[in-house]
Amino acid sequence: MEQIIVNGLYLGAQYALIALGLTLIFSLMNVLNFAHGQMYVLGGFITYTVVAQFELPFIVGLFFSALVLALVGALVEKYLFRPVIKKSRREESTMLLAAGIAFFLDAVILLLFGEKQRGVPKIIDGVLNWDFIVVMPYDRILIGGLAILMIAAFILFMQYSRAGRAMRALAQDKVAATLMGVAVDRYAMLGFALGAALAGLVGGLLVTITGINLGMGGPASIKAFMMIMIGGAGVISGAIAGGFILGMMESVGLTVLSEYGDITYLVIFASLMVFLSFRPQGLMGKPWG
Amino acid sequence: MKNKHIIAIVGFLIGVYALVPILIGVSGRTDFYYTLTSVALLSIASAGVWLTFYIGRINIGQGAYALAGGYVSAILMTQYGMSFWATLPLAGLFCVVLAILIGLPILRLRGVYFAMVTLVLTEVMRLAALAVPITQGAKGITSIPLPGELSVFGITVIPDFSTLANPKIGFYWMAVTMMVIAYAVLWRIVNSRLGHLCRSLQQNEELASSIGVNTAYLRVVAYSISSFLGGIAGASFIAISQSIYPSSFQVADSVNFMLNCFLGGLGYVFGPMLGTLMIYFGWDLLFTTGEYQMLIYASLLIALMLALPNGVLSLLDKKKA
Repeated sequence: MEQIIVNGLYLGAQYALIALGLTLIFSLMNVLNFAHGQMYVLGGFITYTVVAQFELPFIVGLFFSALVLALVGALVEKYLFRPVIKKSRREESTMLLAAGIAFFLDAVILLLFGEKQRGVPKIIDGVLNWDFIVVMPYDRILIGGLAILMIAAFILFMQYSRAGRAMRALAQDKVAATLMGVAVDRYAMLGFALGAALAGLVGGLLVTITGINLGMGGPASIKAFMMIMIGGAGVISGAIAGGFILGMMESVGLTVLSEYGDITYLVIFASLMVFLSFRPQGLMGKPWG
Repeated sequence: MKNKHIIAIVGFLIGVYALVPILIGVSGRTDFYYTLTSVALLSIASAGVWLTFYIGRINIGQGAYALAGGYVSAILMTQYGMSFWATLPLAGLFCVVLAILIGLPILRLRGVYFAMVTLVLTEVMRLAALAVPITQGAKGITSIPLPGELSVFGITVIPDFSTLANPKIGFYWMAVTMMVIAYAVLWRIVNSRLGHLCRSLQQNEELASSIGVNTAYLRVVAYSISSFLGGIAGASFIAISQSIYPSSFQVADSVNFMLNCFLGGLGYVFGPMLGTLMIYFGWDLLFTTGEYQMLIYASLLIALMLALPNGVLSLLDKKKA
């Protein structure tokens, strides 16, 4: 049981970090970023290139992946989402654009990095063994710890910095924020860049453990969607809660339901539907976000 | 105005039933039968997605119903020896029941919430097909028989497909006929009382329910019709490929059904048909570009979205204005 909880916490920390980026973009611009999973894969490949091919330290790779993804995010917001949002009659039209960007990133990743599974060598060796109650490799503990540290840093940034305050104001009420003198365009771009950078960071963290391949983008997006449905879209606390809950359910499900075959996600989805029929806006979401 | 409509409809019917076979016969490109059959069937599923857009919901779950319909038809044919023509409506009805059960809770969601839940539904249907024993897991169901003879009072309405010289032509006629019927029904729905009520849901659900529109009932009705279309499209597809696997319809297909609607234009009944044609042919034409196919395709999609965010048929609006 202890092992299941530790595994769940470790998964949850990564999931929460993915969901945070998605929910940030959604709360600022009302855009469901279909390309989030692809951004995560791109981050993983960039870290792989920097660490395994240029043989630079892991932390440089992580930093570089966040930087590139932030740049991609900023450009995508400025030159693609902003004009389309201004012109389109229904805000859902951005979904086609987001799906197009997901396809585009998939194609770019395929051309640049190929379709092989890639991974980087372990950062630290060894396994923590606490009387066979909890067995956990040290590198997983490190990655989990780093993820939690980043979540904390993100919350502090959103809570206390000037930019964070501006973004929270934007998420609450766009018009009011504009009237108070918040430079909407600049902060929307910053928010998108930050969300994309978070996706890149998770990709960089996970490449050390699970490796990365082209096909991981779509499923990652789907998991992120489930997390923000559980927690409530557009709410930071909701994304974190959703991430940890999904991580825990997956960890418990894989252990308890393993004898019935691969049905963990079926069960999770069924319970999600029941949950949503009682609380459509998720745990912490605003009604009709 | 009315005359113009009739001319357009007659022209379209002549086009699909006479002109296309003649052109294919002249050019000798019989492979186009398969392409156009796929377009027709995909546009039926997209028509369903369009109807859910019409009540203001973004549906990315049509792949789930296409898969369910396909499996129902495949299992009934291979294990119970039923005729394809009998399984077709049954597959649709199965999807209707499924849509009512799933729709009742999830149709309370709106906007991106509904979009996300339907997207997850597609993935779950694939996992269910892998896990349930009757679908035979990843092996799938293969060697499904071709559609047999359909006769009413001893008169053969549709001949046995395996006796046809080229079953592909038979499938083409079947798919096009189904498409014409589906869009005729869709057009009728949109221009009926039901359609007006659906439009009121799209614009303002609270207001609609405050003046006595039964919104919960309408949503489920629209979603069921949508899923019915998805189910019969899926069932027809597996009759052509004669096999079905859990990956026959997956998330990418669901997203494509939605893209078809967006691309054609959400404000037009025939938008999804045009969108399907453009996406399918665009993808096929780009095949020659090899490894850059995906890149060019995605760039074109993005460019089209930048230029015409309201769909291709929105070009017609400017003429009116």
